[in-house]
Amino acid sequence: MSLLRVNDLKTYFDTDAGLVKAVDGVSFSVEQGETLGIVGESGCGKSVLSLSVMGLLSEPSGFVAGGDILFEDTDLLRLSESSMCSVRGNRISMIFQEPMTSLNPVMTVGEQIMEPLIVHRGMTQRAAFGETVEMLKRVRIAEPAQRMREYPHQLSGGMRQRVMIAMGLVCSPSLLIADEPTTALDVTVQAQILRLMNELKSVTGSSIIFITHDLGVIAQMAERVMVMYAGRAVENRDVGPLFKEPLHPYTRGLLRSIPLFCEKQDRLSTIPGVVPSPLKKIDGCKFHSRCGYAFDRCRSEEPPLFRLGAPGKNASVRCWLHENGKRDFTEGRR
Amino acid sequence: MTENGNNNDSGVTGNLWYEAWLRFRRNRLAMLGFFMIAALLGVAVFAPRLAPYDPFKQLLWTEGIKAKLAAPSPDHWMGTDAYGRDIMSRVIHGSRLSLQIGLLATVVSLLIGVPLGAMAGYFGGWVDDLISWFINVIFAFPFMLFVLAIVAVLNNPSMIVVFTAIGLVSWVSIARVTRAQFMSLREREYVEAAKAIGLPTWTILFKHILPNTLAPVIVQATLGIGSIILTEAGLAFLGFGAQPPAPSWGLMISDGQQYLATGQWWWALFPGMAIMYTVLAFNFLGDGLRDALDVRLKR
Amino acid sequence: MFSYILRKVLYTIPVLWGVVTVVFLVINIVPGDPVAIMTGQRGDEATLAKIRADMGLDLPIGVQYLRFLEQICRGDLGTSYRNNEPVSSAIRTRLWATAKLAFGALLLGTVLGVAAGVVSAVKKYSLFDYGAMFVAIAGVSAPVFWVGLLLLLFFAYILKWVPGVGYGDGSFKYLILPMITLGVRPAALTARLSRSCMLEVLSQDYIRTAKAKGLKKHVVVMKHAMKNAMIPVVTIIGTQVSSLLSGAVLTESIFAWPGIGRLSVDSLLARDLPMIRGVVVFMAVTFLFTNLLVDISYGFLDPRIRYD
Repeated sequence: MSLLRVNDLKTYFDTDAGLVKAVDGVSFSVEQGETLGIVGESGCGKSVLSLSVMGLLSEPSGFVAGGDILFEDTDLLRLSESSMCSVRGNRISMIFQEPMTSLNPVMTVGEQIMEPLIVHRGMTQRAAFGETVEMLKRVRIAEPAQRMREYPHQLSGGMRQRVMIAMGLVCSPSLLIADEPTTALDVTVQAQILRLMNELKSVTGSSIIFITHDLGVIAQMAERVMVMYAGRAVENRDVGPLFKEPLHPYTRGLLRSIPLFCEKQDRLSTIPGVVPSPLKKIDGCKFHSRCGYAFDRCRSEEPPLFRLGAPGKNASVRCWLHENGKRDFTEGRR
Repeated sequence: MTENGNNNDSGVTGNLWYEAWLRFRRNRLAMLGFFMIAALLGVAVFAPRLAPYDPFKQLLWTEGIKAKLAAPSPDHWMGTDAYGRDIMSRVIHGSRLSLQIGLLATVVSLLIGVPLGAMAGYFGGWVDDLISWFINVIFAFPFMLFVLAIVAVLNNPSMIVVFTAIGLVSWVSIARVTRAQFMSLREREYVEAAKAIGLPTWTILFKHILPNTLAPVIVQATLGIGSIILTEAGLAFLGFGAQPPAPSWGLMISDGQQYLATGQWWWALFPGMAIMYTVLAFNFLGDGLRDALDVRLKR
Repeated sequence: MFSYILRKVLYTIPVLWGVVTVVFLVINIVPGDPVAIMTGQRGDEATLAKIRADMGLDLPIGVQYLRFLEQICRGDLGTSYRNNEPVSSAIRTRLWATAKLAFGALLLGTVLGVAAGVVSAVKKYSLFDYGAMFVAIAGVSAPVFWVGLLLLLFFAYILKWVPGVGYGDGSFKYLILPMITLGVRPAALTARLSRSCMLEVLSQDYIRTAKAKGLKKHVVVMKHAMKNAMIPVVTIIGTQVSSLLSGAVLTESIFAWPGIGRLSVDSLLARDLPMIRGVVVFMAVTFLFTNLLVDISYGFLDPRIRYD
């Protein structure tokens, strides 16, 4: 049984300019103790996807139009708001991109970390304080009791993200959703935080959904990867095979735009064009206008997700080049 | 960033104002305020034609005693006052006085507030300290009482004195907004560039910075007109503004108040509605402009 | 924190000096003879000269200014020209009436305004929101004295629920209408400000964090958002005091309320310059003092300032 199973999720936004299909029929699952990486450019729907799971879409404009989200066999979409409150921060928690703005500036760090313990575990202030000190030690914050009395603006960016992680993990959730947790940090701090998250995961056994636009980070963190483009999953693979042999032209483009320090690279390639406006209706494959391999069928008919390999392996790709499992990159190269 | 730095280019500025106009047109409250003010201006300009009676004429002489404190009727939509004057005609003529004071006092406050705010924000240092100190001093006085004191001491409640006195106090909020704008703009790259190529200070101030401060100043000034009109009405109500027999809204409320207890409510009611309509219109317009021009006013 | 308070206190001193100086300039360097203004051109030259000498107006302007400063420093606001009453004692006897009125209005305005603003923000674009915000903008636009008169008309003359004008025996029922009259504007301003601050805060990242922790909506609003949204609301209480004092001038004259506002109108009508001077200085000092308190409490509310 999967810990989290999302089936054909559709999250739409009702805007002045029209209906935006931010997430359009995405399915995936996360197993116990597994890290799933979700990759894509900004605007591909990866953050909306995670907010849908948390039930934190900005109402009334954003809403789930279809599909279901099964967490430990409960459909989260059918839970009442108050039962959902007891899931959030307790069994599923989430950490966000901007540690600078994600902490309440007028509450001490301690108050904010203790809050989930008091709300979900019914702990007293005193007990929650002790627990929080332990948690801060685990995220490698020195002098935790002292730090707890401080306010967010007194801490550095890396420190604040540690606090966010502590806040997310303090109730030992079975699933942690990390939405670009290191994007706003500089590279050395980023490395420390990623190492910390891996360590904590091996101790607690929580599953992680790790959302990023950075494939380098995915390589360090994830076991399986879902690549998203324009509200759709375009490739689902284990991390090793994905990096060795990316199948979707979009994934190939993403991989080729990572600088490699060990190999000789004449020029860093980029994917031509930009993510299409979510308001524009696109016939055929959503990626065809930016794809070097596109042929006529790509422009008229959208490919389904083709399963690859053995039935249990859970690898799939949404590209006509891979119809019936064939892997053909030779044809149609522009 | 080069496009942003090029704000002075008339094409770009033109587009920005055009976009603001489009946003403004979509804002329903703003458009309401706009049309309310347009209607009011029309009433003020054509007051002599629109008013059914002469606002000063005491109809007691022609219509007899029944014209004294007559309740609203088809002949006198807003009734008549104790002197037998038609209240509607007086309310219509009153719009001229209110708008004149509102606009003239705003001009005075802009003439004082913009240069002082600009100097404080642009030069900083002791200039800023001095001007900010002065702003804080004036700000410390209760607006109404200070204006009252000036008018009382000058012992001459003419229109010039009233709008100058109001302007002398209300420039502070304009100066604060201008100062904040100049402070943030003087750090921008395009101003640095203008300084680097050796343009004279006054050219930088007036050609490169001032146009970019217009939006917040316009918004603040529009919102200010409302409170100026309220202050003028208050002055007239207390007897320090327009003097009888001028058809001033504040004065009419003051004259009519003693008749409220005896049931002749119309004398004080209708002029008050006219004041509220006018101030409401400027507030709608100011709020709408703020949203359309995307201005964030500090307090 | 201590240095923050000290800085604020020290900055008040030059402003205080400026206030006193501006009042002196406005009253003493006006075109025309202050004594002639006060007596209304009546009285013969000998009387005028005597008054001038009594008030020290025959001295050079610099000396007058220094004497005025010295008086103020001693807490002496001068003596009324009208009835020889010391200005400070005239203010003292009327202070309680105005304090009651202003404090009641501020309390009413703040409580009502914050409640309406927060509910409007939480239920954005609801019927309540539109209704409350229309009432608020109308409240900002209506002249205080006219609102007071309408309240009098309805509640005192037509419905006869409350007594009409006057201070009566000082009991609460006489306070109700003046307090509401004076409270309309602060309530309207506070409602508009609370709404916009609350909306701004509710869109912040840390509110999403609080929701992600599994806090119930009312906890998110009342605990996490409220504290942040109220910081600007507290700071405008300082500015409100100024408009309250202006409004008190009008409210007290409608309701024949024996407070400082009424005192100022009476002395203005009588051209009692020493009294006007004293009352204006007193009101400005009150304003500066309340703003100092607001600035200090702001420091307590916002940790980013406290630890600066």
